[in-house]
Amino acid sequence: MIKVIVDLNLCQSHGNCVLAAPDVFELGDDDILRWQEEVAEAKRAELEEAVNVCPMTAIRLEE
Amino acid sequence: MEPLVIVGASLAGLRAAEAARRGGWDSELVVVGEEGHMPYTRPPLSKELLTKEAASLTDHLLPAQVEATWMLGERATGIDRHGRRLELAGGERLAYERLVIATGCRARQWSGPGAELSGLHVIRHAEDALELRAALTRGPRLAIVGAGFIGCEVASSARALDLEVSLFDIASTPMPALGPLLGERCASLHRSNGVSLHLGLGIAALYGEHGRVRGVELADGTRHEADLVVVALGAVPCTDWLADSGLDVERGVRCDATLTVDGDPDLLAAGDIAEWPHPLAGGERIRIEHWTNAAEQGSFAGRNAVVAAAERQPYTGIPSFWSDQYGIRIQALGLPHLGHQHHVVEESPDGVRLVAVAERDGKLVGVVAFEGARRLPFYRTQIGGPLDLGSLRTQLAEDPKAFGTSAVAA
Repeated sequence: MIKVIVDLNLCQSHGNCVLAAPDVFELGDDDILRWQEEVAEAKRAELEEAVNVCPMTAIRLEE
Repeated sequence: MEPLVIVGASLAGLRAAEAARRGGWDSELVVVGEEGHMPYTRPPLSKELLTKEAASLTDHLLPAQVEATWMLGERATGIDRHGRRLELAGGERLAYERLVIATGCRARQWSGPGAELSGLHVIRHAEDALELRAALTRGPRLAIVGAGFIGCEVASSARALDLEVSLFDIASTPMPALGPLLGERCASLHRSNGVSLHLGLGIAALYGEHGRVRGVELADGTRHEADLVVVALGAVPCTDWLADSGLDVERGVRCDATLTVDGDPDLLAAGDIAEWPHPLAGGERIRIEHWTNAAEQGSFAGRNAVVAAAERQPYTGIPSFWSDQYGIRIQALGLPHLGHQHHVVEESPDGVRLVAVAERDGKLVGVVAFEGARRLPFYRTQIGGPLDLGSLRTQLAEDPKAFGTSAVAA
């Protein structure tokens, strides 16, 4: 499993991660990001893309 | 094995380096950058870096943990493709196995009458933004020439500093990337925030006295005084150094769908400078000068650079961009400027949040949202497909998550 860590102090709800990995990230009705904290290895490429396209570099992956 | 060399140490170059390492490149990796800084993110240059007194470039450096040799403050001057060497301004010749071109764009300068005056600013590099910020604190009247992304964001930042702002463009609406319907909304946004808008007229000259700019003269002869002028006329690909390379660099670096440079499988390009065929544009080659494109293409080019040409994957990402103006986040997916028609399909009762779709030949080619990031995933999968406006409106009318459809004219 891959651990997904988001620094909500940095996050500005651009939603780029939601577009990159829609099964993992979601913007709620309050525009605040929600995400799955443990994600299967099969989603690695999408997660890496989400990290890549975050304008605030607020997302980190840990093994 | 010679090194993988990346020319350009900004977002696309950094992402290319990271992706090459992830893709298994374990030989030497060199990143050459003309600016003397480690990679930093540019969107704050027209925003926080202008408005926040304590902001510094250090706040906007991109995390760069990738194992690479950084040659910063080094300008590339050419490629010897036969000898596979990158030529640097200092005379050094750097051997490469593969080369990723990510030298981006520079700001287009004003070249008409008055180009020699002092008091003209562009924004591309961190230093440009810091110089402009210093100039703005002297409390001047600011004229902005060009109402695209940079021009509109600078207008917003300058109004946050309570400066007197005039915004000029030959186009009849600001933000041409959004199409005219949403451009009109942007115009209202600027007006209601106290910007003096002058659209639909070309600039005849920047005039001045004693070598310093005093204002903007329009094509109809009217003059508008200013103490400072920001020239925001778009960007030009930094291809000068490739002039003798034998590559097609007329409108950027011409690539195929895998971002491999036409005519040389050892070269790839990414970011602002890459011109590549996109399905949404009917296979025409386009260039995109947005942050997300640089990030995505950078990692794509890095991954493709470390595999054989036959194994390279095409880059088919859906373009996306954002702009923050007056506290409103404007976001787009696809290529909304290609739309022949634009339709507002969602709008909150207060008129702040909205979503519009761009239609071309019956296809959905783009989506624009104001304060609507959470609505974009719904549209994301439909881009490039047929647009049935009637059924879309019916669907949205029943969607409790939509911003509202009652205010939207059918």
